[in-house]
Amino acid sequence: MSLRSYIIARVLLTIPMLLLLLTMVFLITRVLPGDPVLLHFEKQAKPEAVEEFRQRLGLDKSLPEQYVDYLTGLLRGDLGRSMQDFSPVGQQIFSAFPATLELAIFGMIIAVVLGIFLGVRSSKSYNTGEDHVIRTFGITSYAIPVFFLGMVLQLVFSIGLHWFPSGGRIYPGGEPLGLNFGGFHLQTGLYTFDSLLEGNLGKFVQSLRYIFLPSLALGLALCGIFIRLTRSNMLETLRLDFVTAARARGLKERTVVYTYALRNAFLPILTMMGLQFAALLAGAILTETTFSWPGLGRYLVDRIAFRDYTAIQGAVVFFGLLVALVSLIVDILYAYLDPRIRL
Amino acid sequence: MQKERGRILVQLIPRFVGLSQRGLAGWTVLIGSVIVAAVVTMTLLAPWISPRNPVAINVGPILASPSNEFPLGTNHLGQDMLSRVISGGSMVLQVAVISVVMCIVVGVPIGLLASYAGGLTDKGTSLVMDSIYAFPGLVLAIAIAAMLGRGVLNMSLAIAVVYVPSYFRIVRSQVLTIKELSYIEAARALGAKSRSIILKYVLPNVVPSVVSVATINFADAILTAAGLTFVGLGLSVAVPDWGWDLTYGRQLLPSGAWWVIAFPGLMIVLLALGFTLIGEGLSELWSPRLEH
Amino acid sequence: MPLLQIDSLTVDYPTRNGTVRAVNDVSIALEKGQTLGIVGESGCGKSTLGLAVIRLIPPPGVLTEGSIRIDGTDVVHLPENQVRELRGKVGFIFQDPMTSLNPVKRIGDHFIEFMRAHDKKISREEALERSGKILESLGILRERINDYPHQFSGGMRQRVMIGLGLALSPKLLIADEPTTSLDVIVEAQILELMNKLKKEYNLTLILITHNIGIVAEMSDLVAVMYAGRVVELGPTDRIFENPLHPYTKGLLESAPNIVHPERSMHPIPGSPPDLISPPTGCKFHPRCPHAFEPCPLSEPALATKERQLVACHLYD
Repeated sequence: MSLRSYIIARVLLTIPMLLLLLTMVFLITRVLPGDPVLLHFEKQAKPEAVEEFRQRLGLDKSLPEQYVDYLTGLLRGDLGRSMQDFSPVGQQIFSAFPATLELAIFGMIIAVVLGIFLGVRSSKSYNTGEDHVIRTFGITSYAIPVFFLGMVLQLVFSIGLHWFPSGGRIYPGGEPLGLNFGGFHLQTGLYTFDSLLEGNLGKFVQSLRYIFLPSLALGLALCGIFIRLTRSNMLETLRLDFVTAARARGLKERTVVYTYALRNAFLPILTMMGLQFAALLAGAILTETTFSWPGLGRYLVDRIAFRDYTAIQGAVVFFGLLVALVSLIVDILYAYLDPRIRL
Repeated sequence: MQKERGRILVQLIPRFVGLSQRGLAGWTVLIGSVIVAAVVTMTLLAPWISPRNPVAINVGPILASPSNEFPLGTNHLGQDMLSRVISGGSMVLQVAVISVVMCIVVGVPIGLLASYAGGLTDKGTSLVMDSIYAFPGLVLAIAIAAMLGRGVLNMSLAIAVVYVPSYFRIVRSQVLTIKELSYIEAARALGAKSRSIILKYVLPNVVPSVVSVATINFADAILTAAGLTFVGLGLSVAVPDWGWDLTYGRQLLPSGAWWVIAFPGLMIVLLALGFTLIGEGLSELWSPRLEH
Repeated sequence: MPLLQIDSLTVDYPTRNGTVRAVNDVSIALEKGQTLGIVGESGCGKSTLGLAVIRLIPPPGVLTEGSIRIDGTDVVHLPENQVRELRGKVGFIFQDPMTSLNPVKRIGDHFIEFMRAHDKKISREEALERSGKILESLGILRERINDYPHQFSGGMRQRVMIGLGLALSPKLLIADEPTTSLDVIVEAQILELMNKLKKEYNLTLILITHNIGIVAEMSDLVAVMYAGRVVELGPTDRIFENPLHPYTKGLLESAPNIVHPERSMHPIPGSPPDLISPPTGCKFHPRCPHAFEPCPLSEPALATKERQLVACHLYD
């Protein structure tokens, strides 16, 4: 099977799952609580006001109608309107998203780099003290709630040592402006990237300082599974015939470990990265709250406090779609990298 | 019945000691079990061993750092942190236990039936379970908990929904493997009813995997419950709860009052770690990796 | 001076239950251009012996005693970087071609990487060109150099392995069960190929196998191994005409005989010994039809008898 037909097949497979996902969210947020509008107004409100409120949000229609509206709206990119001020949820989400994306990227990089490095070390010093220490570290990092880890990091490095800021994304007025060349404007919303585009080294360094602790917390919490995966894959792969055969040809040990063993062991790591993306987002929600990071996670948490159920629904849908998209990309990437899987 | 229970308990003790002979994996299970047992015992005995009333305010100065009188310090309400730490596990443990029980009661039977039945039932159920499984867990739990409202049962339900697919999948994979084995065919050839096949052959083989998943599930449930509390979907304020202390303690951080979050946090880590160790050790013991 | 000189080689594997002596006091000399066939049952130590020559004894195995000299140079005490160099001069072909190639690397890349690891000055294009020529001489189309291992059949993969083994024109080629995983027809092709290459490259070849038929066909010298020791060693025609050691006789009798098909096959009774607690004295004595008083008492030494070397109390 060529790569193209694999991609098509995979995309087609995603559609029923997406539909199921969207229906699930709908059931949870519209059907489960009974009446989200009444939930929103905790105290008694005038029936007319409630009714008008309902109409403005389209929540007065019958459930099947609402369901259709919901799905068609999504096709247009409409994620509903906030109960707080009726502004489009989609817009709020898109403006908060880059912050979460940046945090997720840095967090994943730390998790994977740390995980692979420690995993390889662990596999090479198999069954020695170093191996056990690394494995214990991996298991423990899994058991630590990421927000607790974040708070500990804040306490030590921020409040204690003043090396890093304890919250926020950048100092006031320090938002990078991106690339401005003639009439051409490019801004990704990722502060680290944008500050480089702007050519402002100061902002770049500052944006790194602000993102360091939160992504470290996220990365440490997630690296455990990468350590274990790398270690077990390496242990298996290092024992395989083609690794011994490579050594028999006199290739350098470093070449053998990295281009023979690791490259073959890497593919499951790549899949794991995709699988862990969901966990990454979950961790991001908690980390953003801890560090007052203005991303999607904090948006969701704020909406909960405001009992803004339509916005909560929009955000949850967005998270689900995001995860589905990422796993699709990872699957395709995997097929590209491992020629065996396409056949 | 009492005699049976007694006999089982007596048999368990040498089993536990025997674990230390089973190498590293055995020790892992042993250490994990000891940790969990210690925490659970502490929580159960809390009303008697707690030095002060964990809910009473102003039993000590506000935000006092650890001292002889208050070994774990006090919080912003003047509550004794030691008492709060000793008593704070009950909510977390309740939620964990209830959600795991819910998961097993729902996930295992569905897994058994759907995969044994095969065909459309199997495919349909798998699709639903996969969709739930693929969804970011905490987000789903947040959505459900936000809609259902506060309460132990609601939180347990939210967590249970997220983890049911894990049980479904493991049961299903076991059933599919076993289904192909010849002794099932032999039993069927002899005319055994499907139900008895499931109960007699399939279920006993599935139990070890379910137990493994359950232990990791416990750890996850604890962490998710703490997470839900942290985002504001926690239980009522009146009961001492590690998750609540962590959540509120965050606002006290800038003043450097590290003890308010450190000890409750440590307890959560310890409990989750205990369960994780048990789970890791068990899966190693039951399906040892082929190493030299 | 012999190309390969092995003296009193001993390799041990420490295990949880005791030490396994996989290779026990083995001494062999191989002249340039000769082909040595090492034959024996599974677990007799022949593979370990082969791997020891290129210092690739799988851990936890250790070379406890002895020396291995290639062209006069002692291999046992070479530093790591020189061991790598050595591996460029001694080719090794592994048993299972299905798993000996890196699944995510193209065939061409295997060659290029190998060549460049031993000669940094060679360019990619030159390496590619040379690899193409080698593949062609092995009967593989040049264009296939861009294919992945899984796109080749077992026989073709083994040809690739042979090609890799010969790519740097080595002095010595060691083939560990090169045809065991292949079917009979492919096996014949590979053996024919190896014969041709032997002459073409003037190779000194060590052929490790449990198949006595292959040894008869391909080798000048035969070493019969049992439980880590060489029990008989000598020119091929002598050994086959006049096998001295009971084990060698047993091996010949248990193989089908094409010249005398009516002769029945007699398998050797019993099974290979447990090397953690091996039998006392001569390790073959429990299965030997000619065992007598000295056999359980002492290990017979390898001694000359009728132009062969044999380790058996019958000939003391």
